[in-house]
Amino acid sequence: MSTDQMIMRDGALALRPGYADHAADALRDLRQSHDAVDFQVEHHHDAAATAQLGFWIYLMSDCLLFSGLFATYSVLHGHTAGGPTPQSLFELPYVLVETMFLLVSSFTCGLATLAMNRQQRNATVGWLAVTFLLGLGFVGMEVHEFAHLVAIGAGPSRSAFLSSFFTLVATHGLHVTCGLIFMAVMMVTVLKKGLTPSTQTRLNCLSLFWHFLDIIWVGVFSLVYLFGVAH
Amino acid sequence: MNVANEAVAGHHAPHGNHGGHLGAHGATHRQYMVGFLLAIILTAIPFALVMSHSVAGTPLLIAGFAMAQIIVHVVYFLHVNSSEGQRWNLVALIYTAIVVGIILGGSIWIMHHLYLNMMPGMMHGRVR
Repeated sequence: MSTDQMIMRDGALALRPGYADHAADALRDLRQSHDAVDFQVEHHHDAAATAQLGFWIYLMSDCLLFSGLFATYSVLHGHTAGGPTPQSLFELPYVLVETMFLLVSSFTCGLATLAMNRQQRNATVGWLAVTFLLGLGFVGMEVHEFAHLVAIGAGPSRSAFLSSFFTLVATHGLHVTCGLIFMAVMMVTVLKKGLTPSTQTRLNCLSLFWHFLDIIWVGVFSLVYLFGVAH
Repeated sequence: MNVANEAVAGHHAPHGNHGGHLGAHGATHRQYMVGFLLAIILTAIPFALVMSHSVAGTPLLIAGFAMAQIIVHVVYFLHVNSSEGQRWNLVALIYTAIVVGIILGGSIWIMHHLYLNMMPGMMHGRVR
């Protein structure tokens, strides 16, 4: 038994010299490529963090744009020029449904992000699709509301109140529409390329954008609709 | 190619878990659930207050609930926190909040006083 092992060991030792160089080379190559991957990951990590900070600063500047529109509305909401007032125009239950569409879509967008973190491609696309449909529902309801207002003679040219109302709410609606286009592009990208690091960075930016739009809507819902009816 | 992706992705996840940058790397299902429920509650209460026409001083309450809900969204959905990797995100956010406060508060304040000090006859076509 022990003799057998000795022979085996001898055999292995005899084999090694030829094999060892080869193995050492392979090991070195492996280490180098591993370092390269590490470097790429680090590099990408920095780039992703920079990209997201840049996107964040864009969101903050967008926030300033909206603050101007909110300020304009706050100043002009009483200037109805003898036309319809906020109380007579706004139907809160309808707007609450719109709000819920956007709020639930924000939640499902979060679920898409979680699926992405777990590297589940289909679940990511699935939750994005749900988010997309909810966002589409929101935009549809808003367009319907605008069409109704214009039809009853309460269009943007009726009074300063309605001009500022349409500017503020439609700017938000336009952002949501852009978000929907962004989302459609990302769904196709994820299906075609999978969840690569660069795709993930873009998905993170998309989710920041979507959650940001929900925050702006909290302002619209409170300042425009709730204030308008409560006054 | 797939293997390479997996390796890169596998590497990527632990890096992000330090709470380094925005976008929900360390986010959990629980965070989104809590944020979602709080947001629904903070939407429903002011809505019910306005619909029932019951409480005096409602505008202030509405503003309070809106502020609370915005903070909930920022913390539970945007995952902004005070960790080192997010320092500049936080700085940009605080700066923006200050400027938004100045724009909104300043505009309302100035225009309200302008309105009060305006001579009545100067505002033709004005009803309220």
